[in-house]
Amino acid sequence: MKKNQLVYLTFIRTTPKKLWDALTKPEFARRYWAGNGNISDWKKGSNWQHVKEGKKDMVRIIGEVLECKPPKRLVLTWIDPDDPSEKSRVTFEIERLKDVVSLRVTHTGLTPRSGMEKGVSWGWPRVLASLKSFLETGEGLNVYTGH
Amino acid sequence: MQLDGCISCRQMNATFKALADETRRKLLDALYRNNGQTLTDLCGLFDMSRQAVTKHLYVLESANLVTTVWDGREKRHYLNPVPIHEIAERWIDKYERQRLQALSDLKKSLEKKRKGLIA
Repeated sequence: MKKNQLVYLTFIRTTPKKLWDALTKPEFARRYWAGNGNISDWKKGSNWQHVKEGKKDMVRIIGEVLECKPPKRLVLTWIDPDDPSEKSRVTFEIERLKDVVSLRVTHTGLTPRSGMEKGVSWGWPRVLASLKSFLETGEGLNVYTGH
Repeated sequence: MQLDGCISCRQMNATFKALADETRRKLLDALYRNNGQTLTDLCGLFDMSRQAVTKHLYVLESANLVTTVWDGREKRHYLNPVPIHEIAERWIDKYERQRLQALSDLKKSLEKKRKGLIA
C-alpha cells in the first residue's frame, strides 16, 4: 500500500546544540510543544516516548531511537500506543548555516488519510513555528490555536 | 524595528510576496491536495509553460513555502506551511488573543460582581 511522506523545513536563529536540546530535553520541549516532552536516554535502539505531563502522564507517541547523532541527526519510529500496527518514521536533520540553523523534519510511512497523517500534518507546522519562536524569543506559541 | 529582527523581516517579506500571486497559491493548494508532486505532475494541472511553473516553484522554494526532496532522478515538491504559521502567529493570533483576553477579563469581572451580590 502506498505510504505518504511529509517534509518540513524551518530556519532558526540559534545553535545546533540549543536546537538539539529543545528537541530531546522534556523541560524545554514542553514549553513549546503544548506541554509535551520527548523522553529517552537517546541511545540507538532505546525506546522514546512523547508524553504530556500532568497529574497522570499521558503517553501520546512511542517508538524506538533508530539513529542518534547529536546535534545533527535523530531518527525515530513514531507509533500511536493505541494502534501499534501503524508505524511511521520521523527524521530530524539539523544543519548550521551562516548565522542560522536549518531544521528539516521528514515524516515517512504515513498511511494516506489516516488519523495519524491528518494529526501530524496539522501538528508539525504549528510545533515547528512554536519551536522557532521559543528558541528566538524564549517563548513558545499556543500551538493549539484554531483546533 | 530592531536590527536583529531583520532576518525574520526578510523571511516574512518573502512569504507575503510569494503568497501575493494567484498561480502560486494554486500551486500550494495543489500540493495540499496531493503532496510530493513532481514538476511534470504540477505542469499537468496548469495551462502554462514548464518554465513559468518552474519560476513560480522557485519563488515558493525561496520563500520556504515549498521544500524539495530528490527521489532518484525526480524532484518532489512538498508543501511547507511553517512560515504561514509564523505569519498567523504574528498577524492574526495576536489580535485574536487580545479579544479573547478582553472577554476573559469581562467574564472574571462579572463573576466577581455576582459573587459580591450573593455575599
